[in-house]
Amino acid sequence: MPKLKINGTEVEVENGTSILQAAEQVGYEIPRFCYHDRLSVPANCRMCLVEVKGAPKPVASCAMAVGDGMEVETESDVVKKARRGVMEMLLINHPLDCPICDQGGECDLQDQAMGYGFDRSRYRESKRAVPNKDLGPLIKTIMTRCIQCTRCVRFGEEVAGTPELGLLNRGEDVEIGTFIEKAVSTELSGNMIDICPVGALTNKPYAYKARPWELTKTETVDVHNGLGSNIRVDSRGGEVMRVLPRLHEDVNEEWIDDRTRFSYDGLKKRRLDRPYMRNAKGKLEECSWEDALTLCAERLQKVPASKIGMRAGGLCVVEDLVAFKDLAEALNVKHISAVPHGMLLSTASRGHYIMNSGIAGVEDADAILIIGFNPKQDAALLNARIRKTWLKKRLPIAVIGQDIDLGYPCEFLGTNLKEIDKISTAKSGFAKEFKSADKPLILLGSEALQHKDGEDIHKATAALAEKIGVIGKDNNWNGFNVVHAHAATTAALDMGLASDFDLKKSEVVYLLNADSKVLETISKDAFVIYQGHHGDRGAHRADVILPGSAFTEKDFLLVNTEGRVQLGKRAVFAPGQAKEDWKILRALSEKLDKTFAYSSHYELRERIYKDFPDYRNVDVLPQSSWVTPSSKGKIGNVDIKVDTDGFYLANSICRASDTMHQCYEEFVLKPLNEKAA
Amino acid sequence: MLQDKDRIFTNIYGWQDSGLKAAKKRGDWDDTASFIKKGKDWIISEMKASGLRGRGGAGFPTGVKWSFMPDPEKTGKPHYLVINADESEPGTCKDRDIMRFEPHKLLEGALLAGFAMGAHAAYIYIRGEFYNEGSALVTAIEEAYDAGLLGKNAAKSGWDFDVYLHRGAGAYICGEETALLESLEGKKGQPRNKPPFPAMAGLYSCPTTVNNVETIAVAPTILRRGGAWFAGFGRDEKNTGTKLFCISGHVNQPCNVEEEMGIGLKELIEKHAGGVRGGWDNLLAVIPGGSSTPLLPRDICSTVKMDFDSLREVQSGLGTAGVIVMDKSTDIVYAIARLSFFYMHESCGQCTPCREGTGWLWRTMQRMVTGNATVEEIDMLYDLTKEIEGHTICAHGDASAWPIQGLIRHFRPVMEKRILQYRKAAKAA
Repeated sequence: MPKLKINGTEVEVENGTSILQAAEQVGYEIPRFCYHDRLSVPANCRMCLVEVKGAPKPVASCAMAVGDGMEVETESDVVKKARRGVMEMLLINHPLDCPICDQGGECDLQDQAMGYGFDRSRYRESKRAVPNKDLGPLIKTIMTRCIQCTRCVRFGEEVAGTPELGLLNRGEDVEIGTFIEKAVSTELSGNMIDICPVGALTNKPYAYKARPWELTKTETVDVHNGLGSNIRVDSRGGEVMRVLPRLHEDVNEEWIDDRTRFSYDGLKKRRLDRPYMRNAKGKLEECSWEDALTLCAERLQKVPASKIGMRAGGLCVVEDLVAFKDLAEALNVKHISAVPHGMLLSTASRGHYIMNSGIAGVEDADAILIIGFNPKQDAALLNARIRKTWLKKRLPIAVIGQDIDLGYPCEFLGTNLKEIDKISTAKSGFAKEFKSADKPLILLGSEALQHKDGEDIHKATAALAEKIGVIGKDNNWNGFNVVHAHAATTAALDMGLASDFDLKKSEVVYLLNADSKVLETISKDAFVIYQGHHGDRGAHRADVILPGSAFTEKDFLLVNTEGRVQLGKRAVFAPGQAKEDWKILRALSEKLDKTFAYSSHYELRERIYKDFPDYRNVDVLPQSSWVTPSSKGKIGNVDIKVDTDGFYLANSICRASDTMHQCYEEFVLKPLNEKAA
Repeated sequence: MLQDKDRIFTNIYGWQDSGLKAAKKRGDWDDTASFIKKGKDWIISEMKASGLRGRGGAGFPTGVKWSFMPDPEKTGKPHYLVINADESEPGTCKDRDIMRFEPHKLLEGALLAGFAMGAHAAYIYIRGEFYNEGSALVTAIEEAYDAGLLGKNAAKSGWDFDVYLHRGAGAYICGEETALLESLEGKKGQPRNKPPFPAMAGLYSCPTTVNNVETIAVAPTILRRGGAWFAGFGRDEKNTGTKLFCISGHVNQPCNVEEEMGIGLKELIEKHAGGVRGGWDNLLAVIPGGSSTPLLPRDICSTVKMDFDSLREVQSGLGTAGVIVMDKSTDIVYAIARLSFFYMHESCGQCTPCREGTGWLWRTMQRMVTGNATVEEIDMLYDLTKEIEGHTICAHGDASAWPIQGLIRHFRPVMEKRILQYRKAAKAA
C-alpha cells in the first residue's frame, strides 16, 4: 500500500486510489465537477488540480493514482490560482440566473463559486447561449447553464447502458445533446438530474415548484417495485413535492428509477379521501365512516366464511398485511391472498422465494441466467447492477422468456420451460459456461409464476439450481433468486397469504389496495369492499370504499425481494378522511365484535415482531437455509409467459400520475406507432 | 552549413522520382534486414546514441521513448507503432514533402521502429486534407508490399510487418497523440488523460508509440550511418543532428530545407530563404517553431540559434521548426489574434480552461487589434494565458496561450499605443 504525504500529513491508502480520494480520507476536500464516484474519470473540468512535488504542472487529482512517496499540496498558492482560474472560466459563459434556477440551493457550481470564485467578473464579452433540447417529459434542459462535465453522458453510457446523449461539436460550441432530437428513454433517466452539478438538467415536473430549503425531508423506502429502494420524500405542507434517492450501497446505490422518482404526482390525484357506498341507483355516494364500516361488518357476517374472498395488492406494507391477516383469522376466512394473481410457487422454505444472493450479490456472480421477466421494467436498478457486473467481468448472461434488449449483450435461449431443463444436459454454449462458473446466478421473475404452470417453472428452476451447483457450490454461495415485481409479495409469502382460490365463487370480496386484472374475475353479484388510496380499477367495482393511505402517509415496515426489512416513515398526512389502513381494519374488527388486541402503532409492531421476530432486524440481509423442494416439477411443453403491466403504468399511483401517462405516450405508444407507420 | 553529403532527405524537393526504384538508388531499403538481425537493443541504443529528439514539437528523446515499450511477451498484447502524419501546425510543411517525395524513408523507418518496439503493425494517421500526399503514400506502400519489403517476412528480415494508412478528417487536435489514438479507434478526437501514457495503454489499450513522420523517416539513415554520425551535428549533445526547417512568410524564397541543428536563425533565413523581404532591417518578428511558439523580435532573431534549448532560453521553442517570418508591414497584433482564432476554432472543447479560455482570448485579442481596450486588460490577458497554460488535459491550452504571451512580452508598447490612439480617436469623434 503506497504511503504519501498530503499537505504534510502522511497517509497510507489502497493501491489504485486517486489523489482526490486519498485527500478525502485525511479530510481535505478537493472541489470537483466532472468526477463522480460511480462513473469513469474524464478529468475534464480541471477543478480538482493539485500540486504534486516533482510534476512540472498541476495534475488532475481525480485521474492521478497515488504513488509511493508522493508529496501532494492541495492548498498551496499554485493550486488556489489554478482553481480560481478554472472557476472563472466555468463562470464566464454561465448565465447569472441563479434566482430563477431550480438547482439554486443545491448547485455544485454555486457552492464552489462561493469557495473558489472571484467576487466579480473580468469577462467583458458576450456570453454564449445554447439552444435547449427536448429530452422528453422528465428532464428539463436549460443548456446554457451546462458546464460540459459529461456526467450525464457517462451515466447513460455506463450505468444505464443507453448511450443516447453525447458531446456534440467542439471547442466553445460543444453541447450535450442527442444529435437527432429524441427523448432520453432509459428507465433511469431521472438520475441524470441528480448527477448534473448545475441546473442544466432539471426535474421537469418539479420545475419552479419549490426551493430545496423550504422542503421537509423524510427518509423512507419506495414501494413501486420489489427492491425497496431507499428514497427521500421532500414535502411542503401536506404535499409531496419530489422524490430523491438515498444512498444504500446494497440496494439502490444512489440511483432510483423513473417510476419511483416521478410518479409522486399520482399521490395527489384520484385520491379516495372519504368513504363511499353504492346507493340504490347503483351510484357511489359519499357516506360516513360509521355507515361504511357498519355496512361492511353486516355483509361480512351475513355470508359463511368460505364465501368471503380477501385480496391485498402489491403496494401493501407489512402493517396492512398483518392487520388484513388478523381480520381474516377473526372471520375464519381461508381465502386470502396478497401475492400477484395466479402466482404459484413452493414456499417450503424462505430461500425458495427471496433473492438469496442479495441485490449486491449479483456483482459476485460469474454467469447469470434470467428467467421469465424483464429486469429493465420490474427492477431497473437490478438491471443496472447486472450491467455494472457485465462491464466489470464481461460475464455470460442468458435469458429465457422474452427476447429483450437489456443494455448488455445476453443470449436469448427461448421461451419454453424445456429450455431450463436443457441447461442441465447441454454441453456447449451458455449452458457449459453456466455450469462451469464458480458463482452461477439465477434470477427468476415472479411474473413468470403467475399462471397455472407457475409452480412447475419454480420447481424446475430450483431443481436446476440444485443440480448444477447454483446453491452451495462455493461454500456460502446461493445464487437462486426470485425477483418480485411488487413490494408486498415477500412479506405476503412470509405470512402465508398466498392461498390459491377462485374469486369468482366469493360472495363478499374484500380488496385491500388490489387493482390488478384479477378484478375481472369477480362475479357480478358479489359485494365488493375496496379499501385503498386511489380511485382506480378496484374502486370502480366497489360497493363500499374505505379510503386508506399511501406509502408516504404512514410509518411502515417493508420486506424487499431480498427479504431485507426496511423502515418507512410518514412524510405527509393522508387527504381528507382517509386513514391508515391498519386502523381501518381495526375499526372494522370492532364492528365485527372481534376487536384486535392492538390499538396503537407501537402495539401493532409488537404484534408483528411476536410472529415475525426477524422483522426486528431492520436493514439486515437475511441468511436463509436451503431446503430441497419436495418435487422436481413437471417439465411440460410450457411457454413461459411474461405477464407485465409495463413500466410506467404498473400500479394505481402510477396510473393516477400525469407524468407517468406522458412517459407512457412518449416511450411506449410513440415507438409502437412509429413502428406501425 | 550542412554539406550535401550529409543530407538525409536527398529528394525533399521532388527533383527525382519518389518511386521505389529511385528511392533504392538513393540508398533506401539497402540491406534493411541486417539492422533487424542486430536486434532491437542495438537499434534502440543507436537511436539513443544519435541523440535524436522527437520532431513533432515536444522534442522528447526518441531512443528513450522507444525503450519505454514493454516486453511484448510479458504484456501478451499486440504492440503498435502509430505514425503521426496529421501535420496541421500552421507554418509547418515538412512531413508533407517527406510523404510526397521520400515515402520510402518513412516506410523503412516504420519497419525498423516497429521491430524495435515489438510491433507488427504501423498505422499512419494522415491529415484529411493531404489528399495527394496520401495517394503518394498508398502508392509507396503498395510498391513496398509488391517488393516484399512489407508484409510477411518484411524485407527478408524474418519480421512480419504491416503498414496501414488511415485518413483523418482534418481536425488540428487529432495531431495530439492521444486524440489521434481516439480518432484512430473511431471515436471523437479528444485527448486522453495521461498517465497512462500510450506506451502502457495506447491504441485499443495496447502498448503504443506515436512518432512524428520526420522522426521515423530519419531513423534508417541514422542506423545506416551510425548514431555517432548523427550526433556529430548540432550545438551540443542534447541538440543533435539535422532537421527540416520550413521557412515561410515574408522571405524572398519560402522553402523547406534540411539544416544542421543549431544553425543561426539569421543564417537560415538569409542562406536558404533568400533573406527577409526588404532586407534584415525590415524584419519585425519571427515565429520560430510553428504557430504555437512565442514570437521573437528582430534583435533576438539576429543572434538566436535554431535548436531546442537555445530557443527555450529565449522563452520560445523549436516546436516543429516552422519558421514564420514577418516583416514590418505586418500588423503583429492582428497576426497573433488570427492565431487565437485558430486555437479557439480547433479546441476540442473537452476541458474547461481551453474550451472557455480560447474564446475569451480571441475576443479580447480582437479588441486589442482595434485598440478598443484598456491598458489593464493587457495584464488581464497575460494573466488569462497563465490560467490556461498548464491547466489543461493536453498541450492545446499551452499552444493557445504562448503566442499571446510572446506578443505581450515583446510588443506591449505596440498594444498600448493602439489603445491610446483608439481613445484619442474616440474622444475626437
